[in-house]
Amino acid sequence: MAAPKKGRRPTGAQGRPGRALAFILIAMVALTAGMFLSHQTTPRLGIDLAGGTSITLKAKSEPGKPDAVNETNMNTAVGIIDRRVNGLGVTEAEVQTQGRDHIIVNIPKGVNEQQAREQVGTTAQLYFRPVLAFADGAPAAPETKPSASPSPSAGGSGAPKAEGSSKPSAPATPSSSATSQGRVLSEALKAPGTPTPSPSASESKKADDSKATPSASAPAPVPTPPVDPAVADLQAKFAALDCTKEDQRAAAGKGAKPEEPTVACGQRGSAWGKWILGPAQVAGTDVKDAKGVIDQQRGQWIVQMQFTDKGADKFAKITGELATKQAPQNQFAIVLDGKVISDPSVSQALTGGNAEISGGFTQQSAQDLGNMLSYGALPLSFQEDSVTTVTAALGGEQLKAGLIAGAIGLVLVVIYLLVYYRGLAFIAIVSLMVSAVLTYTIMSLLGKGIGFALNLPAVCGAIVAIGITADSFIVYFERIRDEIREGRTLRPAVERAWPRARRTILVSDFVSFLAAAVLFIVTVGKVQGFAFTLGLTTLLDVVVVFLFTKPVMTLLARTKFFSSGHPWSGLDPKRLGAKPPLRRSRRTGPVPAPVDAKEA
Amino acid sequence: MSKLGDLGAKLYRGEVGYDFVGKRFVWYGVSILITITAAVALAVQGLNMGIEFKGGAVFTTPKTSVSVARATEAADKASGQHSIVQELGTGGLRIQISGLDTKSAASVKQQLGADLKVDAAQINADLVGPSWGEQIANKAWTGLAIFMVLVVVYLAIAFEWRMAVAALIALVHDLTITVGVYALVGFEVTPGTVIGLLTILGYSLYDTVVVFDGLKEGAKDITKQTRYTFSDVANRSINGTLVRSINTTVVALLPVAALLFIGGGFLGAGMLNDISLSLFVGLAAGAYSSIFIATPLVVDLKEREPAMKALTKRVLAKRAAAAAKGEDADADTDGGEPQVVSQGGQGRRRR
Repeated sequence: MAAPKKGRRPTGAQGRPGRALAFILIAMVALTAGMFLSHQTTPRLGIDLAGGTSITLKAKSEPGKPDAVNETNMNTAVGIIDRRVNGLGVTEAEVQTQGRDHIIVNIPKGVNEQQAREQVGTTAQLYFRPVLAFADGAPAAPETKPSASPSPSAGGSGAPKAEGSSKPSAPATPSSSATSQGRVLSEALKAPGTPTPSPSASESKKADDSKATPSASAPAPVPTPPVDPAVADLQAKFAALDCTKEDQRAAAGKGAKPEEPTVACGQRGSAWGKWILGPAQVAGTDVKDAKGVIDQQRGQWIVQMQFTDKGADKFAKITGELATKQAPQNQFAIVLDGKVISDPSVSQALTGGNAEISGGFTQQSAQDLGNMLSYGALPLSFQEDSVTTVTAALGGEQLKAGLIAGAIGLVLVVIYLLVYYRGLAFIAIVSLMVSAVLTYTIMSLLGKGIGFALNLPAVCGAIVAIGITADSFIVYFERIRDEIREGRTLRPAVERAWPRARRTILVSDFVSFLAAAVLFIVTVGKVQGFAFTLGLTTLLDVVVVFLFTKPVMTLLARTKFFSSGHPWSGLDPKRLGAKPPLRRSRRTGPVPAPVDAKEA
Repeated sequence: MSKLGDLGAKLYRGEVGYDFVGKRFVWYGVSILITITAAVALAVQGLNMGIEFKGGAVFTTPKTSVSVARATEAADKASGQHSIVQELGTGGLRIQISGLDTKSAASVKQQLGADLKVDAAQINADLVGPSWGEQIANKAWTGLAIFMVLVVVYLAIAFEWRMAVAALIALVHDLTITVGVYALVGFEVTPGTVIGLLTILGYSLYDTVVVFDGLKEGAKDITKQTRYTFSDVANRSINGTLVRSINTTVVALLPVAALLFIGGGFLGAGMLNDISLSLFVGLAAGAYSSIFIATPLVVDLKEREPAMKALTKRVLAKRAAAAAKGEDADADTDGGEPQVVSQGGQGRRRR
């Protein structure tokens, strides 16, 4: 059966083992050259080995929007988060989707991790809401910081019962808050009426207003007769809210529906403030672009905003309404994930789709706010699933441990092969080396190519792969030895063993590859690195066995050392217990038949 | 050559051999016992789920002089939660705090830095939301299901459905043993464990496939002869590939063992350790099952076939006839096959 075909193939391969060897040599040289030419001489290391922060975000499926978590939205979110991270001035940070609903953000070491996490992880939904009332964060236990800017509170809608004056301060800017007087600037919001505004045309009148009327007194919110239960409820919540407490702060604006009023906390300078906010009027998605720029005329940092057409209309409407009101109700709050990040006041209706926020910004705070405004509008909300921060020291240690483990594993395998296979082991060892070179160069190149990063599980995968690769040699070697036991000389044994070993290797490698592929496709994060390495090394195993081990075996079978069955060659027929065909029956046991029906 | 090599030759020729197939019910019994033990351990003790499955934080500190007891106290106080502190090979500490949410972790980290007299920036933090591990586990189950379906289809095509079924049972068996060991010993289950467990899938099958490949070859023209039953051929096949199976398993286990001891020795608990531990247990179980369970199962399934039944009948009849003829037929069943002297014109089948 299929005898001619089977018979010819090994002979053919035997005829030109040089071709396969030349091919793999060229491949190795090309890969190595490519590695050096592209300056990718080491694999890119993952966060857990190089140090840095890795954040895994999971898209939350919102009730009522079952299809919101889809590829388009995920890609949009990745784009936004990516720009946000870049907005931090982070280099080489990477943001990618994994699986259906995960986003992995890897931020290398040397970045302000806290800041990155805040912007990347917690930002989700951005809204502009009118301010209904404001108070210091903790009326019961006032912050000791003198810079706290108290404001009157107001209840209900449009019923001002204010006392004192409002003094909206800069957004969360610890640095600016240090300068007490300078910080006491209100953010004025102004845009020219013309559709094509210029920054120079706008000025911050509001800032002067509030500066003129600073009030240092602690707030004393005056209770208002509740108009309806909802308002009363909001009032009660507001009164009880203590924004100096982290848990309360986190809970305050959480889960607030955009179309309903809510309470919220936020930082004003170094102190916490709390707000009652009206329904959202403008959403983050209405912001087309925003950036922190320096206003040349006044020499201060401002945030310029540009709205979409729809956003511009909405924004004109809300600013028109707000401008007619008194402090603090002439302010709107920019609420990010339930937290007030800025509460500029409005002095006039802003039409035309452009606006700017000024007052008390540092470069950092202006750029931060700009980033949040432009990229705050994620199409989905996310939760932090895991955050891993690894210092470079521990990363290096893990890498070292991984490499040592790999080296020890390799040495153990080599020793075992040497003891058991003697001369043959050298073929296995050189094959392992070829495999290692290929794996290393490909991993290095893939770092740039597809963003592959070698992480700890990937190192594990590579170490485990030593065993898989060595297994293929064992399958082949054992086959050759079986053939020698049949009484064949080495050269035919090598060729006859090959087709059968080849099938076993292909079938079992296919199963390994299938496992790796399924793992890679289905899983997320760390597991993927492992699966990828395993799949890659399994593929390379096939390449190496076919293009290197087999041809080398063919060549070496021609050498005297191996073909004469030198005791150290690992192929000594006597030691293998071969039965020369002519001396069939020294023993009483059955004798291997020289006739092989299956192959002949 | 080494003794194992000599043994290999004898095994190859069938001079020695263990009757794996004949004694299969002993090994089925052993496996059922192990499975029951695993199930009981799982039911009684359950699995020790790591922080990744419960949500919380793992902090790893650089070298510190603070004792484990003091550190535990400090961590409990800083977080208001229960914490587990382990000392690492590096002199640092690994502090696990369950139930700590990712938001408040930053302040706990600062506090820990102050309490343990180390730079907070040098503390590694691994913060995990409560549903993270569950997702990994869910994905693992999905992966497992997909893989099993694909592999059964593949094996059914490459070999035959009986082998696919046997391989699948052996695979489930390996997973059960591994999970059972985890439940019994109380090793912590982490995403690393899950990774290892999933890798066992491919690996356990690697061994099984090697054995099946030998079996397929040995059983190719089985119905054209009357000397050996399928059981005989299967048993020869296992014995013939025994050396290969042992070697591949040893070679696979060596790097994993290195990983296990280095991972454990250098870094204490951690990803390296978690992956390699489950791999180690799973690989060992996989080697056992491919020899003692998978192939005997194929025999059980195969011998139900009418063709095989007929063959067995023929073979037995022939043997009976030979026995009746005289005692020259040396019915030594030790090798799983009678050794027959000068009978039949056809060459002796190789495995």
